[in-house]
Amino acid sequence: MLELTSVTKRFGGVVATDDVALEVAQGEVHALIGPNGAGKTTLIGQISGSLRTDTGTIRFMEKEVTALRQHERVALGLARSYQITSIFKRFTVLENLALAVQARSGSSFSFWRPVAAEAALFDEARMVSREIGLAERLEVTAGNLAHGEQRALEVGLALATRPRLVLLDEPMAGMGPEESLRMIALIERIRAGVTVLLVEHDMDAVFRLADRITVLVNGRVIATGRPEAIRADPQVRRAYLGDELAA
Amino acid sequence: MRKALFTTLLLIAFPLAMQWLGYLFYVSFASRVMIYAIAATSLNLVLGYGGMLSFGHAAFVGAGAYVASILVAEGVASAWIGWPAAVAASAALAWIIGAISLRTRGVYFIMITLAFAQMMFYLVNSMKAYGGDEGLTLPRRAELGLGLDLGNEVVFYYVVLLVLLAALYALHRVVHSRFGRVLIAIRENEARVEALGVPVYRYQLLCFVIAGAAGGLAGALLASHGKYVNPNVLHWLQSGTLMIMVILGGVGHLWGGVIGAAVLLGLEHVIADYPLPWLAQVAPNYQQHASLGVGIVLLVIVLFAPQGIAGLISRKRHA
Repeated sequence: MLELTSVTKRFGGVVATDDVALEVAQGEVHALIGPNGAGKTTLIGQISGSLRTDTGTIRFMEKEVTALRQHERVALGLARSYQITSIFKRFTVLENLALAVQARSGSSFSFWRPVAAEAALFDEARMVSREIGLAERLEVTAGNLAHGEQRALEVGLALATRPRLVLLDEPMAGMGPEESLRMIALIERIRAGVTVLLVEHDMDAVFRLADRITVLVNGRVIATGRPEAIRADPQVRRAYLGDELAA
Repeated sequence: MRKALFTTLLLIAFPLAMQWLGYLFYVSFASRVMIYAIAATSLNLVLGYGGMLSFGHAAFVGAGAYVASILVAEGVASAWIGWPAAVAASAALAWIIGAISLRTRGVYFIMITLAFAQMMFYLVNSMKAYGGDEGLTLPRRAELGLGLDLGNEVVFYYVVLLVLLAALYALHRVVHSRFGRVLIAIRENEARVEALGVPVYRYQLLCFVIAGAAGGLAGALLASHGKYVNPNVLHWLQSGTLMIMVILGGVGHLWGGVIGAAVLLGLEHVIADYPLPWLAQVAPNYQQHASLGVGIVLLVIVLFAPQGIAGLISRKRHA
């Protein structure tokens, strides 16, 4: 579904991602792990299109998208969420989701008709709100949500664009154990309908969710494989997992 | 809504009362305020809803004023030709300036819009055939036909009022449409809107063009009102004045431009025309420096009412 070939990004003299090859198959949850500064978020930026790729190619749904702009990739079904919550804090939950639905449902060059009268937008937004567990919080201003709820909405905005592949950049960032469990359940729910590329530091979550794992260190892929294989890989243990899983 | 209706009724009754009292000057003054209100409202669409800090809005007002004036000077007096032409010219100019400026962000955007407006300022300064730096005096106001004489202050007032109400209604509709939602979302979080699959640039450009076109209409009215236009209408101080009106009145508030224009022009008028003897004793020339008083008011507003006067009144953010 997604195929990266020797993808590289340099910031000045710093090589953020270096000759990355990555394949995400349809229907899987593919986790991307690695220490801080390994280039995970840069890679997400390159795949989603917010960052230009210096060299290498990105193919999505059998189509080369390397030169496409971000909004064009979203139209093909490639959406992302952010590590740092990036919701519309002054909009309500419902307005946040309706905006995302509206963005996906084609042109918004409509200048006269009140958007509030468009029932279809809001019906769809309500549907997404149920998926992310915020159906009871529709009228709450997003900035007033609890942290875990904001993270759920963060993921919900990406889901509301009805992607085929969703890039989740550390959805559990800053969450307590209980909130993390809820997010894991959320990802379990959505995986039936959408392929997931998951960047995450929470190893419990990664090993519970992932079908396959790719390990990024210093911008390079050092291993890809099934969770058991990754857990046992001596290079991965040395570079990243270390004693966390040695016990 | 009732507040808006009340204000509208007041505005309808105003010129009749003034005519009855014999203060026709105030009818003309109110027309000027409303024309500035249209210009400031159009800037508010860009600044308040679109979140684009355009520092060159006078270019569009000025382009409209000049196009309409040149047509009258060349013998095309009909407002039905002159005003649409002004709107079209300003829209085209906004499209060109916007298409280039919107590739930049932040301070660069402010500077590049300012630079374009100043280029226009020097361009009209050099148009010797149309008065150059001395400006262009018109023999009469544009002609509307329909048995309406725009030379009559009361008739002109009602035409301007109609345009202002239409502009406010249009702004209200646009802000609550799909387009408006996207626009406000871009202001709040541009990167995320792009990540939701929206071509941000196109929306911003279109917003910029709509506002430029409305600014052009204000310019055409302004030229007709004074039967005179000069390059200062495109000067950056004019852009600054419009910006101050929006900030004073309320950035991103429907009535922000109207309130800002009324307060600013009203204040200038009061300071210049009603001398305060005790203040004149301390500062003999203070009336020539009306902008100092305006500056103080602006400072107070920015410090204590960041939502502008409209924000103070409504106490509720019009998102």
